[in-house]
Amino acid sequence: MSKLSQKHLLGIKDLTSEDIELIFETADNFKEVINRPVKKVPSLRDVTIANVFFENSTRTRLSFELAQKRLSADTINFSASNSSVKKGETLLDTVNNILAMKVDMIVMRHASPGAPHYLAKHIKANIVNAGDGTHEHPTQALLDAFSIREKLGSVAGKKIAIIGDILHSRVALSNIFALQKLGAKVMVCGPPTLLPKFIGQLGVEVEFDVRKALQWCDVANVLRIQLERQQIKYFPSLREYSLYYGITKKLLDSLKKQIVIMHPGPINRGVELSSDAADSQHSIILDQVENGVAVRMAVLYLLAARS
Amino acid sequence: MQKKLILDTDLLDITISRLCQELIENHGDFSETVIIGMQSRGIFVAEIIHKKLEKLTKKDIPFGYLDATFHRDDFRRREIPAKASETKIEFAIEGKSVVLVDDVLFTGRTIRAAMDTMITFGRPKKVELLVLIDRKYTRELPIAADYVGKSVNTLTSQRVLVELEAQGHKQNKIWLINKD
Repeated sequence: MSKLSQKHLLGIKDLTSEDIELIFETADNFKEVINRPVKKVPSLRDVTIANVFFENSTRTRLSFELAQKRLSADTINFSASNSSVKKGETLLDTVNNILAMKVDMIVMRHASPGAPHYLAKHIKANIVNAGDGTHEHPTQALLDAFSIREKLGSVAGKKIAIIGDILHSRVALSNIFALQKLGAKVMVCGPPTLLPKFIGQLGVEVEFDVRKALQWCDVANVLRIQLERQQIKYFPSLREYSLYYGITKKLLDSLKKQIVIMHPGPINRGVELSSDAADSQHSIILDQVENGVAVRMAVLYLLAARS
Repeated sequence: MQKKLILDTDLLDITISRLCQELIENHGDFSETVIIGMQSRGIFVAEIIHKKLEKLTKKDIPFGYLDATFHRDDFRRREIPAKASETKIEFAIEGKSVVLVDDVLFTGRTIRAAMDTMITFGRPKKVELLVLIDRKYTRELPIAADYVGKSVNTLTSQRVLVELEAQGHKQNKIWLINKD
């Protein structure tokens, strides 16, 4: 019998390792539920959840929506592109208007780091951060760690390399926090321009050679080059990036061991990951997507109990 | 805290044997019957009964366990959320007779939730309930057991404690506890 230490899920940074374990144990049960002939339970039937997306998303939004429906919650969807935000409404006003319609929980994605933390200070509803700028993406990190635990039995003691655009990635930061809390060793790897200057202070190893990183790790979590967040050029061309940092089946086969390949999606095939690597038996990319629903169900279920 | 013994080891053994005989009377060779134990404490009783039945009938009887946590009606009304346990039903219950097994029948709400959970796996032909202890006059729903080990008069404030060897206790014993 236990509950989360937090009322909101703003970032992995605020969670304890017990919180993460509790989420995983609950997600195990939900994974069994979503594989039943009837994939639905009535737990959240008296809860209304608003999915407020100020930034584009396919996977995360579908996954959250499905998780909510599997728990029998009522859901409403909001995206900034076709809303009054365009007319100049502030974030707090927008959210307060949604809450006035008796909404219990907000799942929010926003381009500004800290936006959900700001909301948490001003409103009573539970908030789940579905990605805030380049800061955190907690449910992605939870489902990544959950998938590693499922594939390798545990996370503690495992070596995980996060490869690619670390500078613009919220997935990287949340993953580092989550994996370290669970006792894993973490390495980041990418071109020097795409690694934050002081990333080593988080206690991660830094590597510029992708081959050495792959040689070192048990799991490689490959990240997308986030061109939409890059105002200047960080490397000469995508072709050159893929030549030096792209992961191919050939490269994987040349390693002396079998490693696991993960990717949070969307994949730019042929850039950070070649098609033959993404579709190989090394890859657990689609398991990550399935686990995403179970992990988000666990997060929503445990947070709803805390309101 | 006062403890009163309801069933001692020998009597419990006789009771379980009797329950098995009753089941055989109604289910014959168990070709169309499955046994499902309720998480978390009912699975120990269900295991004992399942083992005994397989020995008596010399047949393999499908056995699983069911967790009803996500179908409970008291979610968000408790201080601490109920923790779910594993559900494991690796056979089809469609068209079968299901014997649901729990240790204690109290308010009936767990059984209500269990029936809802079970229906997500298919439509059984028939569902029966077996409990070791039936607490009289405490029901909050119109639910009754088909097979009862022992009926006990209890107050809502009292608690029934089932100690089984399978749970790590020295002897099989069932107690009635007065909370003060």
